[in-house]
Amino acid sequence: MSIRDLEEQIVGEFMVFDDWMDKYNHIIEMGKDLPKIEDKFKIDNNLIPGCQSRVWLHAGFEEGKVFFYADSDAVITKGIINLLIRVLSGQTPDEILDSKLEFIDRIGLKEHLSPTRSNGLTSMIKQMKLYALVIKTKNGEN
Amino acid sequence: MIFDVQKLRVDFPILNQQVHGKPLVYFDNAATTQKPNDVIGSISDYYNTYNSNIHRGVHFLSQKATNAYESVRDTVRKFINAEHRHEIIFTRGTTESINLIATSFGKKFLKPGDEVLISWMEHHSNIVPWQMACEERGALLKVIPVSDKGDIETDSYLKLLNEKTKIVAITHVSNALGTIVPVKEMIATAHSRNIPVLVDGAQAISHQQVDVRDLDADFYCFSGHKMYAPMGIGILYGKEKWLEEMPPYQGGGEMIQDVSFVRTTYNELPFKFEAGTPNVGDAIGLEKAINYILSIGMKEIAKHEHELLTYATEELKRINGIRIIGNSDNKAAVISFIHETIHPYDIGTILDQLGIAIRTGNHCAQPLMDRYGIQGTMRASFALYNTKTEIDILYNSLLRTIKMFS
Ligand SMILES: Cc1ncc(COP(=O)(O)O)c(C=O)c1O
Repeated sequence: MSIRDLEEQIVGEFMVFDDWMDKYNHIIEMGKDLPKIEDKFKIDNNLIPGCQSRVWLHAGFEEGKVFFYADSDAVITKGIINLLIRVLSGQTPDEILDSKLEFIDRIGLKEHLSPTRSNGLTSMIKQMKLYALVIKTKNGEN
Repeated sequence: MIFDVQKLRVDFPILNQQVHGKPLVYFDNAATTQKPNDVIGSISDYYNTYNSNIHRGVHFLSQKATNAYESVRDTVRKFINAEHRHEIIFTRGTTESINLIATSFGKKFLKPGDEVLISWMEHHSNIVPWQMACEERGALLKVIPVSDKGDIETDSYLKLLNEKTKIVAITHVSNALGTIVPVKEMIATAHSRNIPVLVDGAQAISHQQVDVRDLDADFYCFSGHKMYAPMGIGILYGKEKWLEEMPPYQGGGEMIQDVSFVRTTYNELPFKFEAGTPNVGDAIGLEKAINYILSIGMKEIAKHEHELLTYATEELKRINGIRIIGNSDNKAAVISFIHETIHPYDIGTILDQLGIAIRTGNHCAQPLMDRYGIQGTMRASFALYNTKTEIDILYNSLLRTIKMFS
């Protein structure tokens, strides 16, 4: 599925919640469901500076597509990471670089992605795009 | 005067609002307090009717603004019982006050091999300026350990004081633990060895009567915005003899007597340390805040806040999985806590949705968090306008939040 379609899918999912509690309960569930990452990736080198909740991010490249693996020590942060991974993992570097990720705003989680919110998520998206760019550049050279 | 919190709340217009559709419960007072109408009004009054640059002007408005500004100095002097008005220096806040001393005192008195003594529970504002001064002067920063309970380890303090110690810089109240530090005793000990002491009073000033002469503090620093006054105004109190000996911090207008390209002579105290056009409007707001506090009575405020602290502590202790960080027998109205399994960010996010403003994170005291082996805490801190009902809301909201994560 394209990034666009995945975003629409998530927006649709969130439409059923008219109560913020249900919305957050859903995010918390997704946080718990975020696939565990291997301990070898939970190293300081993969740590994204975010002050309050720690976020680890690792990326791999297979058959032209980028795959992301991430974790955090805060569940809400993990829930949002899960959404981001669902949308961005398995896409090509170009698609990732072009993505606007407007769904975050549309499902009412914008405040979590504010650069002044010290949860590491904003830096995480930056880092995901940076990975995509590096992978693209490296493969462009071949 | 009878302490009527409902009546006092009316003085703070910001409190009467909803966030996320819930009545605001403001428990982030250690970060900054809200401002009463008197303070807010005094600032617009200043800009509406007598804004003018001070000290230099011969005209009416300048005279009026100068008088108002200098009268704040007198009010502050009285408020902290300093001996002289010229011992009161206006700054932007605690951080600037400490930087001023670290820089100017450092220049004059710190030599390679000397030591500066701080504690483990300092705010970054009372760590970093000293680190910078030490680096510049080749001096060493020494740190007094803190006990599990959250108290200064007095034995270690005594051992760390030595002939190389040039200054002790210590907080009066810890913003992360709430501990009230026995600064008076610590100052007496330091003075018995002729070592001066700077006290970071940021968290003490609006919660207890501060008497700098009784404490015998050499320097005392605080911020207006944590005592119901505007942001951008703060105070450095310094004993005359130290301020006289120290070189100026910044150069510019106001702080000079006579300028030529060969030599500039500096103005007398306090102007020597007040370069440039000062923050007149906010200083006037500070005076109104002090008068507001005095009109209620510091003892009354302290008593009310202590009741809130005791009540909140009891309530939080009843919640499974909550652990209070900082259990000194002597605490101000700051309560830091963690949950065994849920991250502070998660709880803080949900509490925010429920209208409750608390602080989460390391509270600008990273070394202290490391000391307790934690990333950060949640912190509720109270001011004169908080109520037990609000603590009940916090209690119920915490139960609800914890349930969401389990
Ligand atoms: C103990 C302590 N010291 C210093 C500061 C710094 O104060 P300001 O940011 O107003 O300069 C704070 C504020 O959080 C504090 O709590």
